Amino acid sequence: MKKSYKIEVDCANCAAKMEEAAKKTDGVANASVNFVMQKMQVEFVEGADPEQVMKAVLKNCKKVESDCEIEF
Amino acid sequence: MFGITLRKKQRKVFYRIVLASVITIALVLCSYFGLISVGDDIRPKVMFVLYLVPYLIIGYDILIKAAKGISHGQALDENFLMSVATIGAMVLGVTYTGDYDEAVAVMIFYQIGELFQAIAVDKSRTSISKLMEIRPDTAYIEEDGELTEVDPDEVEVGTVIVVRPGDRIPIDGTVVEGSSSLNTSALTGESVPRDVTEGDEVLSGCINLSGVLKIRTSKEFGDSTVSKILDMVENASNRKATTEAFITKFAKVYTPFVVVCALLLAIVPALVQLGIGADPEYQMWIYRALTFLVISCPCALVISIPLGFFAGLGGASSNGVLVKGSNYLEALSGVTTVVFDKTGTLTQGVFEVSDVICNEVSRERLLEMAAAAESSSPHPIAASLVRAHGMDIDRSRVTEIQDIPGKGVIAKVDGIDVAVGNTKLMESMGIACDAPSAMGTTVFVAIDGRYAGSITISDVIKPESRRAIEDLRKAGVDRTVMLTGDSENVARKVAGEIGLDEVYGQLLPGDKLDRLEEIMGSSKGSVAFVGDGINDAPSLVRSDVGITMGAIGSDAAIEASDVVIMDDDPRKVAVAMGISRKTMRIIRENIVFTLIVKFGFLGLAAIGYVDMWLAIIADVGVMIAAVLNSARALRYRWNR
Repeated sequence: MKKSYKIEVDCANCAAKMEEAAKKTDGVANASVNFVMQKMQVEFVEGADPEQVMKAVLKNCKKVESDCEIEF
Repeated sequence: MFGITLRKKQRKVFYRIVLASVITIALVLCSYFGLISVGDDIRPKVMFVLYLVPYLIIGYDILIKAAKGISHGQALDENFLMSVATIGAMVLGVTYTGDYDEAVAVMIFYQIGELFQAIAVDKSRTSISKLMEIRPDTAYIEEDGELTEVDPDEVEVGTVIVVRPGDRIPIDGTVVEGSSSLNTSALTGESVPRDVTEGDEVLSGCINLSGVLKIRTSKEFGDSTVSKILDMVENASNRKATTEAFITKFAKVYTPFVVVCALLLAIVPALVQLGIGADPEYQMWIYRALTFLVISCPCALVISIPLGFFAGLGGASSNGVLVKGSNYLEALSGVTTVVFDKTGTLTQGVFEVSDVICNEVSRERLLEMAAAAESSSPHPIAASLVRAHGMDIDRSRVTEIQDIPGKGVIAKVDGIDVAVGNTKLMESMGIACDAPSAMGTTVFVAIDGRYAGSITISDVIKPESRRAIEDLRKAGVDRTVMLTGDSENVARKVAGEIGLDEVYGQLLPGDKLDRLEEIMGSSKGSVAFVGDGINDAPSLVRSDVGITMGAIGSDAAIEASDVVIMDDDPRKVAVAMGISRKTMRIIRENIVFTLIVKFGFLGLAAIGYVDMWLAIIADVGVMIAAVLNSARALRYRWNR
């Protein structure tokens, strides 16, 4: 399952870091951050609960870039 | 400010930049004119405290982020490095340089750079949305004679919607009432309006120009052309190009590399000087190391790449070319061989009378008799005969029609025997005829038992095809190939007229793919395949870049291809390549320019020619230059 989320991030390098962090989160099969569109596309592992996974994604992203936001 | 509206967060940063700058300048002036009168012994400490005010105003968030970063094990993020560099510079101000404004300046410039970056991204996003301002917000349904406004998302398939002049068609469908002309430029980049009337299919995204149209929807809003296009454009930069992936990787090693260099610079030369018995000059080397940290942020490099691709993708879509991802935009620039399908791509795929040879009767008479005899036949050749004749035929004139499968038609027109068909028909009737033309399908006509002439019907070459090949050659394509299922003769003639390098005729659908693979094996650069998307899906997928033309509305074609040209114009292939090359050139310029400036300044800082002031100005300057350069990819002038 693939879903797209609106994000807020200020620098391109931080966006790349967020992508990395999201990819490493459990329950995420793949993730891609589109810095210019300010969107994150997340592909979930089969059977994962997007809501729960996104909470973890946000937490991991905050670790690498403290003032990023993800709307979900 | 310069027609740019700042978001709340950005405005706050802007005010902080102004405030910190004003205080710093005031402090510099005060100390220059000796207005701060304290004893020389405590002077450095007082200055330190005074400069701490603007420093904290401008840099508090960076310091906080740095602290958070460390607690999360992110020691090498740019906030941390900026903090170390500026705190270090402040401390050295007390003990070594006596210069405090430097640290504040670094923070101010860094923030200016970040602010500029945010504004640039916002701006390029809005310029793309403007380009793509084709999303219809409303649909109108007629209920009891009155128009009701509804959300297009809620309109079910098969509903009749009303589109007034000036409105945008929200959902794909078929016209059931009314006629009008449509501006299709948002979809095709084509400015000539298209006329539609009852029974015509219309695509969402077109603007209705003149009359009221009632349209029966054939798709849901989400599946309609306009939604699909928007989705594709917005998500295109999700598919990242190898250049982008490379830079992201490079950025990851660049920062640690610079930090290690800074550490070495701080320690090694001082130890060497100590070893040879000279003054180690610890503070000087530490200062130079801190200057390194100022240049350690890879931002200029990282930001200009996605911005450049984004602008390139936007520029392409404003020219009626949809590129499905940054990776394909990149691949297009390396194409040196273009393989075309013939029918529908280089030719119109519509059969027309191309040649009439008549011996004894006039051209008009020959066409009239042939068209009349064939007037009730469903065969496409019959249709083109009737079209070429151009007038309505009174069918009551035609009697005793005999359809002879595989040969032709015999009928009486105005009581006269007319036979229209191939060589076999003529032979069976014992009538001698000319050899069939090699350029298409030839039908022979006999009137009243005597040979009257022949009519050749062939596919029509698009008027733009020749120019398209010339343009491609100018764009650096050195091999153009045409594949077709048509006979060798027809294929050769078409290829000759258009000016293609190679041509392969009489190919079965499966052969096309084999031939394409052969071409790919023998080509130096990448190979693009251009088709009309109807039966070329395997070739489109197999080639390095699959391009479909005039395929708007055909989902399968859009699915199979990497680049979609929204109208029928084959010249757009060269346009797409031109945009791709321009974008890649801009991106390469940015990479090279940024790296030269960064490494140049690292070198100069190591030998003490660059102080922190210059380092930060160069760093922010190169980023601004790269961002502005990226925006150029949005504009591509197409020489029609």
